[in-house]
Amino acid sequence: MDSLQGMIDAYPWIGDYLLPTLLLLVQIVLIVVILLLSVAYTTYAERKVMAAMQLRQGPIAVGPFGLLQPIADGLKLLGKETIIPAGANRVVFVIAPMVTFLLSLVAWAVIPFGDGMVLADINVGILYLFAISSLGVYGIIMAGWASNSKYAFLGALRSAAQMVSYEVSIGFVMITVLLCAGSLNLSTIVESQSGGFWKWYFLPLLPMFVIFFISTLAETNRAPFDLPEGESELVGGYNVEYSAMTFALFFLGEYANMILMSGMTTILFLGGWLPPVDVVPFTWVPGPVWFAAKIALCLFVFVWVRATVPRYRYDQLMRLGWKVFLPFSIFWVIATAGYLVAFDLLP
Amino acid sequence: MAETKIKPYTMNFGPQHPAAHGVLRLVLELDGEVVERADPHIGLLHRGTEKLIEYKTYLQAVPYFDRLDYVSPMCQEHAYALAVERLLGLEVPERGQYIRVLFSEITRILNHILNLTTYALDVGAITPSLWGFEERELLMEFYERVSGARLHAAYFRPGGVHQDMPAGLAEDIWEHTESFHKFVDDIEGLLTENRIFKQRTVDIGIVSAEEAMAWGFTGPMLRASNVAWDLRKAQPYDVYHRMDFDVPVGLTGDCYARYLLRVEEMRQSNRIIRQCLEQMPKDGPIKVNDRKIAPPPRGEMKQSMEALIHHFKLYTEGYHVPEGETYAAVEAPKGEFGVYLVADGTNRPYRCRIRAPGFAHLQGLDFMSRGHMLADAVAIIGSMDIVFGEIDR
Repeated sequence: MDSLQGMIDAYPWIGDYLLPTLLLLVQIVLIVVILLLSVAYTTYAERKVMAAMQLRQGPIAVGPFGLLQPIADGLKLLGKETIIPAGANRVVFVIAPMVTFLLSLVAWAVIPFGDGMVLADINVGILYLFAISSLGVYGIIMAGWASNSKYAFLGALRSAAQMVSYEVSIGFVMITVLLCAGSLNLSTIVESQSGGFWKWYFLPLLPMFVIFFISTLAETNRAPFDLPEGESELVGGYNVEYSAMTFALFFLGEYANMILMSGMTTILFLGGWLPPVDVVPFTWVPGPVWFAAKIALCLFVFVWVRATVPRYRYDQLMRLGWKVFLPFSIFWVIATAGYLVAFDLLP
Repeated sequence: MAETKIKPYTMNFGPQHPAAHGVLRLVLELDGEVVERADPHIGLLHRGTEKLIEYKTYLQAVPYFDRLDYVSPMCQEHAYALAVERLLGLEVPERGQYIRVLFSEITRILNHILNLTTYALDVGAITPSLWGFEERELLMEFYERVSGARLHAAYFRPGGVHQDMPAGLAEDIWEHTESFHKFVDDIEGLLTENRIFKQRTVDIGIVSAEEAMAWGFTGPMLRASNVAWDLRKAQPYDVYHRMDFDVPVGLTGDCYARYLLRVEEMRQSNRIIRQCLEQMPKDGPIKVNDRKIAPPPRGEMKQSMEALIHHFKLYTEGYHVPEGETYAAVEAPKGEFGVYLVADGTNRPYRCRIRAPGFAHLQGLDFMSRGHMLADAVAIIGSMDIVFGEIDR
């Protein structure tokens, strides 16, 4: 122990740089591992929940209750050969899934899992998140273009148009939340909702909550907005030509994005890590558990929607985004701002 | 400046496409996502059924009809059996006729469940298809109990049906008809008033009554365009004239009308099934009592030399059909399924021409999908209820 202290004294850069870096790396690895595990079990939960809704059993063969199924699927994809189509642009083709996957991971840097449990507590967290989720479209565009396949190309075009359209209304929804919270820092936004579930923004901003949730469905290309991969039209959309790990990266990215978007919904509208009521049995439960439970609830709705509704057509989806959500969210921003100013409630 | 000609974006849709309903190959010319031309290519499942039938005895031809439209096998056997019976001048015993109508209607439900649910799948709703297959399983069990096969039944034979229904089957079917409407309600609950489903189907692929008739549409495709033409009412065969049922028609001729129509037809089929079970004679022969056409019972063969000879002759040489020609059509779930049969007095048909409803419907794909979007083309294919077994034959 003494020698370690001595080393730190002798070489101040160890204490100043090396140890914080190591600590940071450990935190990053921890987040990534937990995230990937949750992705794996999100797919399992999705299959089980959908199965229950569709009068079937879902995975049951691998491990008890099929619990090892996601692991088996992952290993299978690892063992497969990556096929790069002859006409493809090899470099872009391989980079595209990496971009998607990386972007879905880096976004988690600013997400507060509990009180003070955040990797980077930056004061523009929400802008960072917004920027990262906007970049997500690049991976898909690159994949569609580099595959040199008509189906993939159409899928990528659809996806790009869709993500751009819905980001606009997501932006306005975020602005209303910002107006109420008075901060761009995610932890502050959560803390501004403390005091019980009636203080969470989903109640006062209910219409915006609905718009936000539907937009996240579109943003993550989930049903009923899963046109980019609409399998009955485009077979698989932008990822038709992908196989093995390149496909797995897209898949992981997509589900990590789902969890991320659920996390955003939780932070912006459902009070993040806060318990629903501030009384004893609820406050005993640690914050991250509440956070995870709320995310799980959002994910359940994701799956529920997928099992229930048909798919929009491309033009209908655009109409919904630009002609319904956008005007409505602009109106609501103005209404919220006006209300806050008129009654002097600005934080 | 010279005018630039923009080449349309050509897309090859199928034959391995999940929404191609089998082996449809569609060459689509797209302007963005708008379909400018849809060119269906057929023949990928051509097996030469009509020619093969010319080399088989009349009885051996029956299984080929199961394999045409493999979603509604018994209705097609029905058409063939009717054609042969007309040439032979046979009258099927009453119980046999009731059993045939009963199973024709079960087949109609089987077919419509598959069509509606895969149609829903084509527009993106996954759950109906899984619920539907559960229900189909129950109906296929009835198939299995009566014929031994779940799909390729070969149960309707010229002269009646192969065997009588096993004990208890009628009661089980009756029980099933009592709960069937709940299943239809469930499916309707997911789709009928679903906004997205309506947005995807209303006003898509409109067919006017004139167009429908000009293109030779039959069945639900014709009735959805407000033409109340149903062979079960117009030219009743077997005991359909004793059945009390409604022929639903659609007013708009769009994909949604075709959906609603098929849902209603399932309910009407259920009604017919119940009437069959009520009216059916409890006992009696199920095939003609003519040993030259229908084989003797197995028990008799153990005792009677003559019966053994009949059996041997029937299953080797088959029966000779007097010279003549006939056209027999039934209202198959997909439309008018017809068999034109020419007999030359031997034990094999001289010519067997099959009229498949799907073939006529597929022709309409181009004009129906023109100007719609790619996703609508998928919905239209789904609503046409095409199966390639019968189109390619």
